Amino acid sequence: MIRRVLSHTLFYIILIVLAAFYLLPIYLMLLTSVKPFNQVDLKTMWSLPLNGLHIENFIAGYKQLAPNINNSLMMVIPEAILSSLLGSLNGYLLAKWKFRGSNLVFSLILFGMFIPYQSILIPLVKFMQAIKLYGDIPGLILVHIIYGIPITTLIFRNYYAGIETELLDAGKIDGAGLMGLYRYIMFPLSAPSFAVVIIWQFTQAWNEFLFAVILTNQSHWPVTVALNNLAGSQLVQWNVLMAATLLAALPTLMVYLFLGRYFLRGLMAGALKG
Amino acid sequence: MFRKFTLRVPRLILALGLILLSAVCIFTLRKTPLIIAGKNLTSIGLLVGGLIFYTGIVLIISMFENETVLSITLLLPSMAAVAIFVYGFIGWSIQVSLSKWKGLNPDYTWVGLKQYVILFQNNPRFAIDIRNTAMFTVGFILGCLILGLGLAILLDQKLKGETLFRGIFLFPMSISFIASGVVWGWLMNPATGNRITGLNLIFQSLGLKSLISLWHSTPMPWGMAFTVIPAVWQLSGFTMALYMGGMRSISDDLREAARVDGASEFQIYRYIIFPLLQPVTLSAVIILGHMSLKIFDLIVALGNKAISLDVPGIYMWTTTFDGTNYAQGAAIGILMLVSVAILVVPYLIHNMRTETQL
Repeated sequence: MIRRVLSHTLFYIILIVLAAFYLLPIYLMLLTSVKPFNQVDLKTMWSLPLNGLHIENFIAGYKQLAPNINNSLMMVIPEAILSSLLGSLNGYLLAKWKFRGSNLVFSLILFGMFIPYQSILIPLVKFMQAIKLYGDIPGLILVHIIYGIPITTLIFRNYYAGIETELLDAGKIDGAGLMGLYRYIMFPLSAPSFAVVIIWQFTQAWNEFLFAVILTNQSHWPVTVALNNLAGSQLVQWNVLMAATLLAALPTLMVYLFLGRYFLRGLMAGALKG
Repeated sequence: MFRKFTLRVPRLILALGLILLSAVCIFTLRKTPLIIAGKNLTSIGLLVGGLIFYTGIVLIISMFENETVLSITLLLPSMAAVAIFVYGFIGWSIQVSLSKWKGLNPDYTWVGLKQYVILFQNNPRFAIDIRNTAMFTVGFILGCLILGLGLAILLDQKLKGETLFRGIFLFPMSISFIASGVVWGWLMNPATGNRITGLNLIFQSLGLKSLISLWHSTPMPWGMAFTVIPAVWQLSGFTMALYMGGMRSISDDLREAARVDGASEFQIYRYIIFPLLQPVTLSAVIILGHMSLKIFDLIVALGNKAISLDVPGIYMWTTTFDGTNYAQGAAIGILMLVSVAILVVPYLIHNMRTETQL
């Protein structure tokens, strides 16, 4: 008994120390973002803010990032919805209407999720320039949808594979075809999977940097590019920068806080089956 | 193949209507560009027109009641997109990498493997990149596996507050590499003396002077080792979640049986749980490994393109878009692809095989 209590105490101590390590950057971000500039002296970066919280950092940060946050939203929302619809259709077909070679097709699609995008970047830029979608948000949406096909197909396929085929057989007896079965049986059952995929695509596209920096021009920069630019500038106001970083990370943090269950499922799907 | 055919007049009319509509759409767009809110969206319009046309075709095919053909037809747009944007573009990149294209105007003059030879012979920067990537990959994978497994074991003890701790360990995963690079770049600030800051400041005030470090500004080659810290911070929780999933699928009966046989908790982990977790470790190594081989944004945000922290992803970017040496950039991109493919392709084939057996 005593041994058990001792070992549990030890476990808790280790867990708390580790939790502190994981929370450290967030704590520091919060702390700094509410300080006035004269208290962000390097010496005092760990001390609590004196004389009140300074929300104006967030206002200043928001002023700098507002157009970019807007760009990101304009990109991420249509992207997440469209790519989940596409993934749902692909997943359904590859899970329930297998044809000869469909597993090969699936594997070939899946490979697209692992490639370093540097290996397709030059053709992509040339192609986007040729079809006049270079530099702006619609082009970025298209690119995210296309390179999102592997992961969205994977998540939906695994989900649909778990739905019993008897259910479809019953529908077939009632005379439903491939599209009818999707519309009346599979689609209404897919809400959890849609949640997973929409959240996953939202987070991915929001956090993505390479396509964003290469395919958009300055006035259409998403928030990651603008943030990186802000951090790289010569005169860094740390308090404003940290407030801006928090603002930039806020949407995905919120999604994680409130919809973490679905987020985790998307993560696991990314690991295939093992 | 098309033995069965049921004519459905309403569906046929709808299909023909859609085809006609798309024809009008595409024809108009070829004459006049589509401009919405100052954006030239002609290509998107053409794409939508094409999809409307395709819907008409799908409706007609659906009347043949051959589900395999219909299934392939419905998959075709995605398959075509992946075929072009993944495989076609890889082929195009390979072509660029075998050319001498330098400067803004494409020049596809064949020079064979020259660009690759340049990278491997007397190119100090690429040598640094390879060493940095190797160092980062080893540190990152080991760090994530050890910390992830450790956390999973701790949370496997059925302690109170498990959900809270799990949430804390996982949340860095939801933040972008850019945001985390910005924050860690500050925490790991190398300034000394009066300007000491970040983690170094904590160490100083705790009297742990020996821990004060230059972090990622440490002279080559060891600076790169410190970039592993933010990466592990972000992805060890993910590794933990993978292991927790693996542990959960091991039945309690198995552990109970071992306990009855007199095994200690340590022995249960050593002889029962760890061997059963090997497939999880394999997946984790593949996922983490392919991430580290193409690591890019974290290092950009952290190192501001410092040469000592250079990785192929950054080299490709600067060579291509700052130096306009397209052929050289393409060669770097293709080498990155090869390194990832060596890791991932056997895994994908293995996955496909085991699945066909089921």
